Amino acid sequence: MKKSKLNNILSVISLAILVALIVGIQEFGLFGLNSYVIGVIKLCCIYAICALSMNMVNGLTGMFSLGQPGFMALGAYTTGLLTVSAQDKLEIYKIKPIVGFLANANAPFFIALIIGGLVAAFFAFLIGFPVLRLKGDYLAIASLGFSEIIRIFIQNGQSVTNGTTGLIRIPSHVNLYVAFGVLALVVIFMVLLIHSSYGRAFKAIREDEVAAEAMGVNLFKHKMFSFVISGFIAGIGGGLLASHLSAISPDVFKFTLAYEILLMVVLGGQGSISGSIIGAFIVRAALEWLRIVDNPIKIGFINYPGISGMRMVVFSVVLMLIILFWSRGIFGSEEFSFDRLFKFFKGLKKSKKEV
Amino acid sequence: MIVMPTMAVFLQQLCNALLLGSLFALISVGYTMVYGILRLINFAHCDIFMMAMYIAYYSIAVYFVPWYISFIIVIAATALLGIIVEKVAYAPLRKQNAPKISMLISAIGVSYFLENFATVIFSGRPKTFPQIKFFVEGLKIGPVNTLRLCIYVPVITAVILFVLLLLINHTKSGMAMRAISKDLDTSKLMGINVNKTISFTFGVGSAIAAVGAILWGLKYNQITPTLGIMPGFKCFIAAVIGGIGNVKGAVIGGLMLGFIEIMAVTFIPSLTGYKDVFSFVLLIIILLYKPNGILGEKIADKV
Repeated sequence: MKKSKLNNILSVISLAILVALIVGIQEFGLFGLNSYVIGVIKLCCIYAICALSMNMVNGLTGMFSLGQPGFMALGAYTTGLLTVSAQDKLEIYKIKPIVGFLANANAPFFIALIIGGLVAAFFAFLIGFPVLRLKGDYLAIASLGFSEIIRIFIQNGQSVTNGTTGLIRIPSHVNLYVAFGVLALVVIFMVLLIHSSYGRAFKAIREDEVAAEAMGVNLFKHKMFSFVISGFIAGIGGGLLASHLSAISPDVFKFTLAYEILLMVVLGGQGSISGSIIGAFIVRAALEWLRIVDNPIKIGFINYPGISGMRMVVFSVVLMLIILFWSRGIFGSEEFSFDRLFKFFKGLKKSKKEV
Repeated sequence: MIVMPTMAVFLQQLCNALLLGSLFALISVGYTMVYGILRLINFAHCDIFMMAMYIAYYSIAVYFVPWYISFIIVIAATALLGIIVEKVAYAPLRKQNAPKISMLISAIGVSYFLENFATVIFSGRPKTFPQIKFFVEGLKIGPVNTLRLCIYVPVITAVILFVLLLLINHTKSGMAMRAISKDLDTSKLMGINVNKTISFTFGVGSAIAAVGAILWGLKYNQITPTLGIMPGFKCFIAAVIGGIGNVKGAVIGGLMLGFIEIMAVTFIPSLTGYKDVFSFVLLIIILLYKPNGILGEKIADKV
């Protein structure tokens, strides 16, 4: 489908508005948003990056991998270890002192972030050898298993990761520019990748593995490439998360995190980049907004006592409903464009007239 | 690194391994039955197991139902829960002919829902499983100090599996189950009521998991809403090791996993923190070198 001129103009304008909004909020405190709301927006960006990473493997290449929490943990811990100051490290590690070579290891934030991504990518490469020979639900359970193994090792590696206590006092370098900037870089990278020969090979594998192989696509090489890139992006996402939260522990990277990211990808539509981003924003914002079900509400004479944990119940029901009745998600495997939006509204009008 | 245990300790641990292995076997039977019939990892199975434990807790410790009656209640209620899960989460997708990934996501959704639901209604705080004297009385055999459970659990497991094998191999519904696991569409054409048989399979698998849950609770005492996850993972792995879809294989896999976990910790105590890793490592090795498991049949890819 060729995109209309109007679509391109509108896209540029909306992008400009978005940039203006980000600058406005960051520099001039537009809308008077408090730091909590800005924090949520940043978190949305970070989760969008992780959702893109999962979409890379699940949506584009059609492999059902749930290993994201493990890669995020690797990225987060690497970034954390490289940015916490040497003085703080001495104070944080109470049970066992930190191993020698890490005690003074320090790097600027962005370099630490990239090293975190590379570490995650390297582990994805190692894990890929056994895991990528598997298919379907075996792959899902094996990748989830590896993610748990990584977490258990982090939990037990007292002198490297500080065990169950985790890292604290990670300096926060994530502002709106960093969050949206990294997200934009990831998106640009993925768009370029999709339109390259690699991207087409990924899609061929997704549609039919056997046919793709018959057409001369090297299955293992392409799957591995997709898996490693996904690991790298997840590592970057994890690093940003560590810096944003400024405290991480192994519990953050439980496999329930994989479920959350999975919901974002499924909601947005598997294989759609814009879908993953919008999915991440909707899910993350909804999870924050749903906090009201955890608290007491008074509507007229009805007193709702507020049940803590209720929002997670709602969350899982929504995941179920989406997959049962709307498994395509918002965009399916298409991308967002204004043309589609107009078409959608036209369709709405038509159906109203017919009624 | 390697510590040689004394004979008494070794025998004691052997007892524990047999107990844990039998419990694993009871849970992994449910996984293997569902996988055999639907080619689906029933992620919710471990949470059904967890719910069974809470039902047992409430009926025995809160409502003071005598334990033998409450066991029947627990088994029936859990079987019902299994059937409901199938009807709500999997049956609609089967009707839509949805891709397998959707089924898997739906399974994850149910599992996550049950955990969160349990957290809300039972609270996340650990509860103590009621102790039934008949099961947890001490027992002394030679140098080994153990519980009566150590004898009961393997026996109960053996009996249940014997009955299950009879059911699968010598009854009409068992024949239907075997037919569906060979070819779902053809068995539909042969006049087998597929939906009923699938429900039945879920019911039986869940009922056996309920027995496992009660015995697990008696042995390990503490119950929390997320308790099912780790045993769930391991039992799925046990099913894969034995050859998924094969009930005998699941039992062998479960026993193997129980022995490896207990013995590794006995001989190399420094690995205690990593005990959950063994099963995953074993899974990867098995999948690489014998992807069909020990007793599994070779299935060719359909193109």
